[in-house]
Amino acid sequence: MEQSSSATMTLETEAMISLRNLRVSYGEREILHGIGFDVMRGETLVILGGSGSGKSTLLRTLVGLERPSSGEIWLKGKNIAAISSGEMDEIRKKIGMSFQGGALFGSMTVGENVALPLREHTKLEDSTIEIILRLKLDQVGLSGYENYMPSQLSGGMKKRAAVARALAMDPEILFFDEPSAGLDPIIAAGVDQLILELKQAFHMTIIVVTHELASAFLIADRMVLIDKGNVVAIGTTETMRSSTHPRVRQFLDRIAEPAVSEELDYLQMLTEEHRHPGR
Amino acid sequence: MELTTQIGESVTDGLAYLGALTSLGGRAAYFTFVAPFQGKPLRLQRAISQAMQTGVGALPILSLITFFIGLILALQSAYELRKFGAINFVASAVAISMTRELGPLITAIVVIGRSGSAFAAEIGTMKVTEEIDALETMAIDPIHFLVTPKFIAMMVMLPCLTIWANSMGILGGALFGVTQADFTWVRYIQSSLDALFLRDITTGLVKSVMFGMTITAVGCHEGLSTGAGAEQVGRSTTRAVVVSIFLVILVDLVFTALFFFMSEK
Repeated sequence: MEQSSSATMTLETEAMISLRNLRVSYGEREILHGIGFDVMRGETLVILGGSGSGKSTLLRTLVGLERPSSGEIWLKGKNIAAISSGEMDEIRKKIGMSFQGGALFGSMTVGENVALPLREHTKLEDSTIEIILRLKLDQVGLSGYENYMPSQLSGGMKKRAAVARALAMDPEILFFDEPSAGLDPIIAAGVDQLILELKQAFHMTIIVVTHELASAFLIADRMVLIDKGNVVAIGTTETMRSSTHPRVRQFLDRIAEPAVSEELDYLQMLTEEHRHPGR
Repeated sequence: MELTTQIGESVTDGLAYLGALTSLGGRAAYFTFVAPFQGKPLRLQRAISQAMQTGVGALPILSLITFFIGLILALQSAYELRKFGAINFVASAVAISMTRELGPLITAIVVIGRSGSAFAAEIGTMKVTEEIDALETMAIDPIHFLVTPKFIAMMVMLPCLTIWANSMGILGGALFGVTQADFTWVRYIQSSLDALFLRDITTGLVKSVMFGMTITAVGCHEGLSTGAGAEQVGRSTTRAVVVSIFLVILVDLVFTALFFFMSEK
């Protein structure tokens, strides 16, 4: 799984994000034990894993919400594991993140939500922002909803609005946290469709964290299976389907865990659920 | 041995808490006074709407409470003063205790109940729903976006509210003075003003600015340190109110002592 550091240099040109021996801890407890893989430009990578596997922590680390305790994350030629907050902010303007529950600001309309990054980071005229806003809402199929409050939207629409906000700054990389969580199958399929459209239309690099297998196989170019803070397998959807690795098979064939094997695993599961309730 | 360890732990915890509040206040001060000159505009509009909520919105309830407090003060001091045939001094007793102490303190407590708790609840909810994380991934500093306008609003509005509270308290005392102590409205107000030195009013206002900083820092800090889950928001809100009341009274003590020893010299 791990490449030597000389390989890192040659991969820089085609890899959008490179993780090298990434370790993340909450206090004393290590969640990710040395993750390493590359995300290629323009591909859709799905990070799969069960509750407590560390996949959400991985995503939070990639967007700079958690600091790794060691290891490297190369993103646009910079190691974001070791840069100043000012430099990180510059990189954040080039990435978009769609949160699990949407995370729209409840006190602002949908339009104000989507326009917020533009108003904050650009000196564009209001009329220009208006046009961009319409365009982004159109892309996610929410035209005409700019004056609605987030509380007036359904779950699926909130998620679409959140995608529109993530797209506002024309990001090069788009992150999704559990895009289909809490949605009915039809609406969830709609969100999957939206991700596919974004991929085809803009050749964006898309990273999706999910445990929904159907959705994962539909949208992914490649997949990574994370288990107990380690990469178990990485490969195209076909390689994953034909994999004989016991953990991969268990996950893909939905075989129940025999029983909680160790006290520590159970604790890890509990803490992870405590951090991200309702998952 | 056990006891000393516990005392030591609570002291370090308390100091760490105060440190966190100070750093929050420091960053808000940076965004208010330094950042605007580095091209990060001040969010005056957000500060103004915040000021309307915390300040103007508090006027009715604050007026009622401080009017009653003034009336109570007049009754209580008259109870003692009339024994000496000095009921005329009711006006100065009310005026001095309102402006020096009760005006700022009651205002702070009303604002804690209305706004300190609201800050913690608002920011805590945003934390639980990942809105704070969303701000950060959009490269928007939550301190700049959420906390700084609240600081500005509170530090402007608390002294204003305090002046208003002082006047309402004196008016409450006047109601007693006029109906029970042969004052006329004009003469009561006149003797109140005669009893006051400018120093009485300014020390009250200095305290109220400090209260405003304390309440905002505690409310926002509690909100930002909310854990996961809706019940944590309730916990943060409660803590914000309890800690604010305690710290406001502590700040009150420190400044009152400071003014006392300063005026001695």
